[in-house]
Amino acid sequence: MPAVTRWFIKAGLAYVVAALLLGVVLAAPAVAPVPPAVAVWGPVYFHLFMVGWVTQLIFGVAYWMFPRYSRDKPRGNEGQAVATFILLNLGLVCRAVGEPIHALWPAAHWRWVVALSAVLQWLAGMIFVVNTWARVKER
Amino acid sequence: MPRLSCWFIRAALLYLALGFTLGALLLVHKGVPLHPALWRVLPPHLECVLLGWTLQLAMGVAFWILPRFPQGPARGREALAWWAFGLLNVGVCLVGVGWMLGLPGWVPFLGRVLEAVAAVAFAAHAWPRVKPFAT
Repeated sequence: MPAVTRWFIKAGLAYVVAALLLGVVLAAPAVAPVPPAVAVWGPVYFHLFMVGWVTQLIFGVAYWMFPRYSRDKPRGNEGQAVATFILLNLGLVCRAVGEPIHALWPAAHWRWVVALSAVLQWLAGMIFVVNTWARVKER
Repeated sequence: MPRLSCWFIRAALLYLALGFTLGALLLVHKGVPLHPALWRVLPPHLECVLLGWTLQLAMGVAFWILPRFPQGPARGREALAWWAFGLLNVGVCLVGVGWMLGLPGWVPFLGRVLEAVAAVAFAAHAWPRVKPFAT
């Protein structure tokens, strides 16, 4: 298993744990005196699961298992795979921190962190598509 | 990788690109408001990433790696999987575009029906392939 795949999968495991723990917090107001403001973490919960876990696991396994790009570069451009990993995770962390803070205190300047997180994750997705496209081929 | 898996996975990659683009627009809009009408892309964003990307990628990889048959067509009833590919993609487009543009309710409903039929077709294809190898 290549190193980048291990990063993707281990980060994915961390995100699924974080997402489900956050799910506990989001469900807590039904049984405990938790401020209803925790609901601002709802979109973060969903995206930690779908982007941090599901998509990241797919990215890692696809990089590992898809048909070879060429004999010299079996997995395509490794630099692009590393860039995908860094951008996706940086973007997701920026979102996880910035979106709830911006929702609770809109006057602060966290809105730019939210916008930046969108750009970072978008770049990660596009680079993954470009780097994977040529490996989707008939044998 | 068989031809149908290439189609499934490339379509999934296109939906990933589209879904991420729509999602990024929404997230930028949350931080730096662009236009109120942008929220209309939320349903197609969800449709692209959940069905167009995740489900379709799973179907493509499953068609590729599930055990094959030693006799007869190696991957069984391939036509069912081709139907699943076509119906799923038409369905996702109808649901996404129908909701985004506020088309009559029967458009996204028809899309949902096609998506469900696609799931039935793929399950019917894959069911006999969920078996021990070389049997």
